Amino acid sequence: MHGLMNRAIQCFLRDTYGAEVWLSVAEQVGIEPEGFEAMMVYPDAITESLLSAASRQLSKPRDALFEDIGIWLVSVERLRRLMRFGGVDYHDFIDTLEELPGRAQLAVPDIGLPAIRVIPHSQGRFTLICQGTVAGFGHVLAGVLRAMADDYGALALIDHVGETARGETIEVELLEARYTEGRAFSLAMPVAAGGL
Amino acid sequence: MDGTTTDQLTTVPPEALGRLMPMYVWVSPTGHVREAGPTLTKLCGDCALIGRRFLETFELSRPRGIATMAELGAAAGRRLHMTLREPPHTSFRGLAVPLGPGQGMLVNLSFGLAVADAVRDHDLTDADFAVTDLAVELLYLHEAKSAVMDELSGLNTRLQAARAAAEEQALTDPLTGLANRRALEIALTRAAEAVDRDGPGFGLVHLDLDYFKSVNDTLGHAAGDHVLTEVARILREETRRHDVVARVGGDEFVLILRGPSDAERLVALSRRIIARFEEPMVFEGQTCRISGSAGIVLSSCYERQNPDRMLSDADLALYASKRNGRAQATVYTPDLVLPDDHRAQD
Repeated sequence: MHGLMNRAIQCFLRDTYGAEVWLSVAEQVGIEPEGFEAMMVYPDAITESLLSAASRQLSKPRDALFEDIGIWLVSVERLRRLMRFGGVDYHDFIDTLEELPGRAQLAVPDIGLPAIRVIPHSQGRFTLICQGTVAGFGHVLAGVLRAMADDYGALALIDHVGETARGETIEVELLEARYTEGRAFSLAMPVAAGGL
Repeated sequence: MDGTTTDQLTTVPPEALGRLMPMYVWVSPTGHVREAGPTLTKLCGDCALIGRRFLETFELSRPRGIATMAELGAAAGRRLHMTLREPPHTSFRGLAVPLGPGQGMLVNLSFGLAVADAVRDHDLTDADFAVTDLAVELLYLHEAKSAVMDELSGLNTRLQAARAAAEEQALTDPLTGLANRRALEIALTRAAEAVDRDGPGFGLVHLDLDYFKSVNDTLGHAAGDHVLTEVARILREETRRHDVVARVGGDEFVLILRGPSDAERLVALSRRIIARFEEPMVFEGQTCRISGSAGIVLSSCYERQNPDRMLSDADLALYASKRNGRAQATVYTPDLVLPDDHRAQD
């Protein structure tokens, strides 16, 4: 898996649970304390053992860990901004989610985000199909969707309903597009946008 | 265009036209703005675009010298570059097309590469761009690339540090491929330990190039590098495989000659090497002339081996050679004294 994704897991562990937890996980996986290089691609097996070690260390099921990672991703201002480019409101954001992997690929050609299919139903309901190489990736997407609903100020129900042959399925029901003010977003890049 | 075109245009209501082209301007034959798209109207804010003269609102920078409507008409179909005459002097690229008789011109504008500045200056949102416009994708890409570049520069810093560490640990001089100072110190310590264990003795020759600096100064560093490479070749040819040849400074070299040896043989070797240094070396048609001085010590001169002492004694013998007019080889003896100013002679 791409270094940026591995690095995101690393930064999530470090930011959420502290350097000690990261160092312990790194040691179990057998990687350097500095962790992953953002611009290198690592074998999927490393990511798998990283996730297993983190799940064990935190006594947290893998699905819940994935969802927390998704929520954390949106807390990184830079990534939140990139997500907000996806649409003017939450409905628009969901509607254009299919384009997200393509957008990411524009910036990092070998990023390897899972393909997302959006099937719109009536009355603000959507079915999302996520086809990733890493099992359970749909839970990351569910976390992102939850955090982005807050960001847009939308009230939405997000439910990861399991996996079929087509991929992981997430049901989204948008109850109210502007439930709260949401967080501000301007297309202009802030002067000091921080990194991961 | 013919008369039917006019009829067709009037069938597009201004709102629809504004959605298709949020930065269009309809300029009347008299040069006044009759209609403008919503984004352009927002950009101009309080300056009330409608009714103003187009060429008094926008300054055309390319093509040059457009001051009248007739000249603008002549530039129809060509790429236009223009800026707002008022602050913040936003720049645009655009295209003007003539409408039907008596209808004036339709000008469509975009921000081009200045889009990031325009978005900041005018607080534009997604809704200010046509759905077909890739401006927002450009902004997205700009931000995504900035994030990626920051990660990359972090990687470069780490690689730089790793490279520096690797170079420090390396044992080879990158230019000549000879051993470096670190490798020499390791080899010398080993050789000295072997002698202390009643192993074979060895000789050490400290060589310093003469006139090398003037080659560098007059013919350039490339010539200097060529000379150093040639010197390395000569030293390799004049030594045996189990000897050590090291470059320990810019133009300083040390040889460790293993096995029993006597002073005369080392002096003869040193003179042969110096004689070969003095043969002209040609670099890109230019002749480089150098020489060398040598200081020699033998492990057999010492009761107990002390690498640091050997090196400083060889240094002393070398400077005796320099003092005696260069191109010499001097064997260290305890009666060689160190003059206070010996370093100033180099």
